[in-house]
Amino acid sequence: MFSNLADKLQNTLKQLRGKGKLNEKDVDVAMRQIKLALLEADVNFKVVKDFVAAIRERAVGQEVMNSLTPGQQVVKIVNEEMTRLMGEKQSGLNFSGKGPTVIMIVGLQGSGKTTTVVKLAAHLRRGGKNPLLVAADIYRPGAVKQLQLLSESVGEKIYSNEEADPVDICLEGLKLAESESHDPVILDTAGRLHIDEDMMSEITVIKNAVKPQEVLLVVDAMTGQDAVNAASAFNEAVGLSGIVLTKLDGDTRGGAALSVRAVTGCPVKFVGIGEKMEALEPFYPDRMASRILGMGDVLSLIEKAEASVDQNKAREMEQKLRKQQFTLDDFKDQLGQLRSMGSLDEILNMIPGGGNIPKEVRQMSLNEANFKQVEAIIESMTKKEKQDPSVLNSSRRRRIAMGSGTTVQDVNRLLNQFEQMQKMFKKMGSIDKKGAMKKFKKGKKGFPL
Amino acid sequence: MSLINQFKSGLARSKAGFTDRLATLFGGGELSEEFYEELEEILVSGDVGVETAMKLAKELREDAKSLKYKERTQVKDLLFEKLTAMMSAEKAVSETIHRPYVIILVGVNGSGKTTSAAKLAHIYRREGKKVLLVAGDTFRAAAIEQLEIWSERAGVDLIKQQSGSDPAALFFDAMNSARARDVDIVIGDTAGRLHNKFNLMEELNKINRVIGRCVDGAPHQVLLVIDSTTGQNAVVQAKSFNAALPVDGVILTKLDGTARGGIVISIQDVLGIPVRYIGTGERIEDLAPFHPADFARALLDL
Repeated sequence: MFSNLADKLQNTLKQLRGKGKLNEKDVDVAMRQIKLALLEADVNFKVVKDFVAAIRERAVGQEVMNSLTPGQQVVKIVNEEMTRLMGEKQSGLNFSGKGPTVIMIVGLQGSGKTTTVVKLAAHLRRGGKNPLLVAADIYRPGAVKQLQLLSESVGEKIYSNEEADPVDICLEGLKLAESESHDPVILDTAGRLHIDEDMMSEITVIKNAVKPQEVLLVVDAMTGQDAVNAASAFNEAVGLSGIVLTKLDGDTRGGAALSVRAVTGCPVKFVGIGEKMEALEPFYPDRMASRILGMGDVLSLIEKAEASVDQNKAREMEQKLRKQQFTLDDFKDQLGQLRSMGSLDEILNMIPGGGNIPKEVRQMSLNEANFKQVEAIIESMTKKEKQDPSVLNSSRRRRIAMGSGTTVQDVNRLLNQFEQMQKMFKKMGSIDKKGAMKKFKKGKKGFPL
Repeated sequence: MSLINQFKSGLARSKAGFTDRLATLFGGGELSEEFYEELEEILVSGDVGVETAMKLAKELREDAKSLKYKERTQVKDLLFEKLTAMMSAEKAVSETIHRPYVIILVGVNGSGKTTSAAKLAHIYRREGKKVLLVAGDTFRAAAIEQLEIWSERAGVDLIKQQSGSDPAALFFDAMNSARARDVDIVIGDTAGRLHNKFNLMEELNKINRVIGRCVDGAPHQVLLVIDSTTGQNAVVQAKSFNAALPVDGVILTKLDGTARGGIVISIQDVLGIPVRYIGTGERIEDLAPFHPADFARALLDL
């Protein structure tokens, strides 16, 4: 079993890469694998059919046959088509010319609307806006309270009135925004099933009453084949302007992003990537496509790294990595820096070829307790041991375990992880030679690992 | 309305496309290769998963051949039997032996744990059991208030602490109160967590250990709550939760929508974890025990 779509496509295309020219049969095999991979990634089967047909047509056509390296050509086509399907460019919000902009948030139960509303408010606040949140979910027990508490935590103002009808609540909220000059107004509507006629007509009425500039559908990234049904029903009822994809910090393959985009024609405008109120990011289709294809989300990684890594240290590290003088001391420093960037798994997924990194390294958890243990073990070593772990015989290991209050097994595990990481860096060094890492250099600040 | 009908009517509302395709497919005609391909596609469109769908189609193909079946309707019955058998994995539950009998609900964010906890409390309450709810989601804003409102509606006691408090400590208190109050069933809600967050899964493991230390053999039932709209990631979820603490069953929620929850077939097939309940609406009585044959019948529109 492959671990994700990226690995799968990579594997399929690796077979193509080795080929000089493609015949119909090669293309068939590759297309079938791409199809299966996409289906397992929860892309809707109708969308998959169209997608594969589009690639196939281009793959067996002239442009591949005449090129010297058809395999690479197919990779390029798949990447282009996937980016195209997801909407080519990143799209932002539409704002009203005069009067407050109204943003209406709709979706199924449990997709993450309330959390998204507050994250969006925080995002707009950072952009210099003064938003007002409106609690229009009067059905789910505790929903208004949830919005109240969350908005308090980020210091945003909320309008609620549990006695009123959702349509009136929204209109009253809008009035309040006008008199207190809040802009934009974000409406948190109740979760509803797309086949519940009464509830669907409610949002239609709200929409006609408040005339929003944006109607955003919140979609759980883990949604399966049904994503298209819900999305098209919402689109028909209220006319969507965009999608927010939530819970993308999970390990779902996120095929719903492709499906929903394809059936509604609406761009994904934001992605939710965590439980913190600042964990909302713009959606970049090109980055997502590269990531799905296993080419690594290099740009995001560089941005993340630049935000959290000391540049001088990073350059120093790059030098060491190139010369492969990576010691246990550096390892400790790196773990500390990685911790401030996010989970290791998340970072590895952004590195080109990151999907191939051994399990031992991936599963290394960077929680507080674990990190302290690693630190204790490394600090219990002598200078010589840190420089050259190969001198660590069993008696030295015992001493280190006792000195750090751990067991010999812990010490062994750490050394094993360190070794894996060194191997990984060696591999990355060789990728660099092939030029895949040039992008990092273009990012000019050097690669922090 | 009987349970089957309730579930069927939920499915019926918009599974139209699905049912129509099935009706056409099984309507008549010979057992061609196209027939099996179409069947595979229909199963995949119900989130059954490519691997399981291909496996089912392959088995049907072989069985039909050896049984010398010629008609599509015969294969339909065969498929019904297979699906029923696949979903009949059993894990014994004995609610009468342990007292208090401890159930905890786990799952990813937004799957419907809090609502399911309340519905489950309602079921036991109706059976005349003394039930205690535990507001174990101390993380999400207003989760405690949400369960508080539900517990009033269900007419059962609730143990809660302040938002942000340590859930393991809360469960420790809850177990002691359960004994002191002489309750039959304890139902614990927990915070939603993505299964790939190491620290949060560790927290769940800790809750599990604390409960086990307070009450012998507890938790007696760990139920994983899965949204029926979830795709293939549900299998990964089930695997990860099951690794953190042994999962005894699944509550499949939101089946009143158009999703068919076919992923539970894979979960049973791969992990042997049975579905125990299905959620079919927003009212407190909208939770029903799961019956494999009913599910398969509704899925195939028999």
